[in-house]
Amino acid sequence: MGARILYKEELAPKVMKFIIESPTIARQTKPGQFLILRVHKDGERIPLSIPATDPEKGTVMLVSQEVGKTTAMLNDLEVGDEIYDVVGPLGRPTHIEKFGTTLAIGGGVGIAPLYPIVKELKKAGNYVVSILGGRSKEFVIMENEMRSVSDKVFICTDDGSYGEKGFVSHVLQHLLKDGREFDFCITIGPPIMMKVICDITRPYGIKTYVSLNTIMVDGTGMCGACRVSVGDKTKFVCVDGPEFDGHQVNFDEMMKRLAMYRKQEELAYKAYLEKRKEMSRH
Amino acid sequence: MMAEQQKGKKEKKEKIPRQPMPQRPLEERRTTFKEVPLGYSPEQAILEASRCIMCTKPKCVEGCPVEIDIPGFIQLIKEGKFIEAARKIKEQNSLPAICGRVCPQEDQCEKTCVLGIKGEPVAIGRLERFVADYEREHSAVTKPEIPPPTGKKVAIVGSGPAGLTCAGELAKMGHQVTIFEALHLPGGVLVYGIPEFRLPKDIVAAEIDYLKSMGVEVKTNHVIGLTFTVDELFDMGYDAVFIGIGAGLPRFLNIPGENLCGIFSANEFLTRVNLMKAYEFPRSDTPAFIGNKVAVLGAGNTAMDAARTSIRLGAREVHIVYRRTRKEAPARIEELERGEEEGVIFNWLMAPVRFIGDERGWVKAMECIRMELGEPDESGRRRPVPIKGSEFIMEVDMVIHAIGTNANRLLFQKAPDIKLNKWGYIDADPETGATSKPGVYAGGDIVTGSATVILAMGAGKKSARAIHEYIMNKK
Ligand SMILES: Cc1cc2nc3c(=O)[nH]c(=O)nc-3n(C[C@H](O)[C@H](O)[C@H](O)COP(=O)(O)OP(=O)(O)OC[C@H]3O[C@@H](n4cnc5c(N)ncnc54)[C@H](O)[C@@H]3O)c2cc1C
Ligand code: FES
Repeated sequence: MGARILYKEELAPKVMKFIIESPTIARQTKPGQFLILRVHKDGERIPLSIPATDPEKGTVMLVSQEVGKTTAMLNDLEVGDEIYDVVGPLGRPTHIEKFGTTLAIGGGVGIAPLYPIVKELKKAGNYVVSILGGRSKEFVIMENEMRSVSDKVFICTDDGSYGEKGFVSHVLQHLLKDGREFDFCITIGPPIMMKVICDITRPYGIKTYVSLNTIMVDGTGMCGACRVSVGDKTKFVCVDGPEFDGHQVNFDEMMKRLAMYRKQEELAYKAYLEKRKEMSRH
Repeated sequence: MMAEQQKGKKEKKEKIPRQPMPQRPLEERRTTFKEVPLGYSPEQAILEASRCIMCTKPKCVEGCPVEIDIPGFIQLIKEGKFIEAARKIKEQNSLPAICGRVCPQEDQCEKTCVLGIKGEPVAIGRLERFVADYEREHSAVTKPEIPPPTGKKVAIVGSGPAGLTCAGELAKMGHQVTIFEALHLPGGVLVYGIPEFRLPKDIVAAEIDYLKSMGVEVKTNHVIGLTFTVDELFDMGYDAVFIGIGAGLPRFLNIPGENLCGIFSANEFLTRVNLMKAYEFPRSDTPAFIGNKVAVLGAGNTAMDAARTSIRLGAREVHIVYRRTRKEAPARIEELERGEEEGVIFNWLMAPVRFIGDERGWVKAMECIRMELGEPDESGRRRPVPIKGSEFIMEVDMVIHAIGTNANRLLFQKAPDIKLNKWGYIDADPETGATSKPGVYAGGDIVTGSATVILAMGAGKKSARAIHEYIMNKK
């Protein structure tokens, strides 16, 4: 079962927003869940978060950052094209409750899946402080959406082109040094960012949840490609997650596992970039 | 003179040896995913069939989980009526081309064959395969006569052998059947687990096309429990639901280092290679990793498939590591033998206790311990006991776990009214597959734990009959 692309927009260099037609997923998705897609008949299965849905229109939003062959092929699809296979929603929805003052920290495309979660946390009565970061201004995506569901928003960029210059972790450290208190933290972004955030919140005893984006194959618990060490247990991200207590996650191991196929991935990506060049010449 | 000649003939008849299976040359096998056994020629099939002594009370039929009329189809082979023979099998078993290849006949029909007492049993499996292939290649597939629609709808969850069989039987009774499959291709273990060199995927695809021709609808990319719950299937108008979702989650050993890079479940490794066609990478998009020295943990069919796949992908050394002995190995004898021929090295009475990684986080060795066999355990097999102080280091750069599976609870999270047993599998009536939830039936590995294709098919068939009863009597 494929899904037709209804809308496409470049949010930042190599970052595309898509609206696809997928009525069932639109109706069934809860914040925190993801889907798996394949771009063509011999395509790879890759997981993507679901940042927003419109159950009435039967549409699902995706944000895709080009990091390899599959995401490159996806980002080359145009309105009217069909994504070959789409399956979901997968994973457990976020546990939503009123924690009190809640921190929401998003980095780059991680802001996209953070948005629906924050929206629910806000609805549940939390006071939400969001910290959004990106490499430069254009990578701070979905700012307006995040503002609409946050009580306070801090913005930073690596190069200082927008907001404070520095990482989200710096902003967090300032807030904590200023004596701001938080009851809960959710953070989504590059693994290294989530790891640093967890290291900062740990001594403060702030319960911190992270959403992990590991390598996956089936996404139903059948293969264990997605496994991570959480505390002294092995967990499958696709069925036990994608959210976990960040203070328990072994990020170093996870980052190494994420790089497991790097050589092959680079090979495939390079070949595709060549092909793309060829195509644009014609 | 005449009498003597006849006597001679009779003696000669008894001496026809069991016909060997022609196989792809060994050299070629180590580098290709093409099927290894090549199948009987018609002459060989007739010769092998002529070995059957046509017992009046055939023991082989008792050994067959779906009670195929074995002497019946063998008689037809003797007469050269191959297509009729295939149809005879299909009265009881809708997937003979698959079962002829993957059934453990040595534990079933061929185990009970009378000829096996003194000599070698009739090669029933090879004959089954021969006629099924002959039918597929030589005749237009005929659709069974389907009665007028009953107007009843049944949802089948999972498209492994249990689900496919249940779907086929219900379609034959005139019900409208929809299969919901989580993956992008139907077939279950037949497509993602069992490799091409043992079961060509074309054969599975042909069976699924056949079901479709009977009006069965196949919806891939539907994970029941997430895309729809079981209750939602009823809301959508299905009158009954059959659950055949397989055994599910791969087991790991729970020993230090199991999440190092280079350590996999057989399910992941085989899925990448079979379902995702990683052996064609980069033409296909999914990569697979292959080590130089591979250790496969376990000695079942899954372990043998992983080991033989590793050889084909170019591993230099492939080891099976098993804590019991060859005698207890659950794999089919044929699989152990083929693996051995292809160069798989067997390490019996041995188990890893931890995995050791390098600075990059990749596995570089495992610490193992030697075992000895102690008292029998609840499975009746002698329990392996570690020998104190026998630890040693085995260098490996890839480890594949093929030590079994646990039930996947994903579907049950949203269906708490389906009762499970203490192992987490569905508590279903062995005769009907009925579960604790009205209108919900189950069969295959999700009820029994990892078992066999034929048992899953048998369960699917029994459930189909029970579902038919249920929906036709439902007010
Ligand atoms: C590598 C390997 C080799 C084997 N070799 C042999 C052999 O030689 N001979 C033999 O007899 N047996 C063999 N077996 C065992 C045999 O394959 C299984 O016993 C049999 O396939 C079980 O059939 P099933 O229909 O119960 O489940 P499966 O074949 O496991 O199929 C279940 C299907 O359900 C789908 N599914 C799961 N959850 C959901 C959900 N929530 N919603 C929708 N769909 C879902 C799965 O994706 C899968 O397609 C082997 C098994 C493996 C893994
Ligand atoms: S992706 Fe296969 S088990 Fe999680």
